Amino acid sequence: MAFVNVKKKEVQAKIVYYGPGRGGKTTNLEYIHAKFSSRIKTEMVAIKTHGDRTLFFDFLPFDLGKIRGYDVKIQLYTVPGQIKYNATRRLVLRGVDGVVFVADSMKVRREKNILSLRNLQENLATYKKNIFNIPLVLQYNKMDLSEQGIPILPVATLEKQLNSKLKAPSFEASALIGTNVAKTMKKIISMTIASLQKDLK
Amino acid sequence: MEYTLSEEHLDNIERILQKDFMELGVHCVVLIDMAGNIISSLDNGEMAQDIYSLAALAAGNFGAVSAMAKIVGEEEFSLLFHKGEKENIHFSKIMDDFLLISIFGRETSLGFLRLKVAEANEKIKKIFKS
Ligand SMILES: Nc1nc2c(ncn2[C@@H]2O[C@H](COP(=O)(O)OP(=O)(O)OP(=O)(O)O)[C@@H](O)[C@H]2O)c(=O)[nH]1
Ligand SMILES: [Mg+2]
Repeated sequence: MAFVNVKKKEVQAKIVYYGPGRGGKTTNLEYIHAKFSSRIKTEMVAIKTHGDRTLFFDFLPFDLGKIRGYDVKIQLYTVPGQIKYNATRRLVLRGVDGVVFVADSMKVRREKNILSLRNLQENLATYKKNIFNIPLVLQYNKMDLSEQGIPILPVATLEKQLNSKLKAPSFEASALIGTNVAKTMKKIISMTIASLQKDLK
Repeated sequence: MEYTLSEEHLDNIERILQKDFMELGVHCVVLIDMAGNIISSLDNGEMAQDIYSLAALAAGNFGAVSAMAKIVGEEEFSLLFHKGEKENIHFSKIMDDFLLISIFGRETSLGFLRLKVAEANEKIKKIFKS
């Protein structure tokens, strides 16, 4: 839940990157950190294992600048995607304002995407949030792998499996190269701000 | 969805943090919510910390400790305190949704700080309920 500080004229909103383990959530934030270094003055916080898997979360504060006189600060988080970390994953979702679901386009990860999306729905429900109402963007990541001959799910299939009911905006992306990473972020930020702005005067 | 506090409430909270903590010699005091948002923060000007990251980590840390408490059958662990060489951190839950973080040095006693935290807790509760 975003906090509006009327005194400092500041809004803080929380956007969480969700999705199956090794899907590329952390890579999204790393790319954003490198690309928008002028708006991000701090180091990225990463609580991870020795093997570079997210253990708790990654955190990146992003200064959006002023909207209607308010300084908007977006807090970007990732969750740990591994199934066993559900307790910490749920903690990161607390107070979430917008979600990017990073799906892994590799054919072998088909099932993992579906399970993770269902898990997102369940975890949101524990905070009385509905996946159909919350600002949500889908990202079909690792599209670059098709050039290396690795079997990738066609976008139509991904849409059908993950987005047929949600009908959320979706992007094909490569977090590693950076394709559509900024686009994904801009979309979720604008949706999140729009949902907040209804009440922001 | 979002929430806000009136300027008057924020002023009152800041006054409490100033009087009960900063004037006591605490280096930095921050009131956050459990999502990791900063409600109010004060420091002595000598701290160069990244307060937004601190808030995110504190909220996560507190959430993790609360979840552990439930697993071992405790409602919650009342004292959350990390001791360092020069700086110490004390966390205290304010009602269900907020967390007060104090960073202090050797010159401040933990006992006295806890007393102040308990007092501030009551005062802030009153503000939120008014
Ligand atoms: N080829 C390719 N590899 C990618 C892409 N995105 C991420 N990777 C790789 O996939 C692996 C996992 O990426 P992470 O960003 O750590 O995945 P994660 O979703 O944060 O994983 P967890 O922290 O375990 O949930 C890393 O080796 C990345 O380099 C991509 O778009 N293309
Ligand atoms: Mg990760």
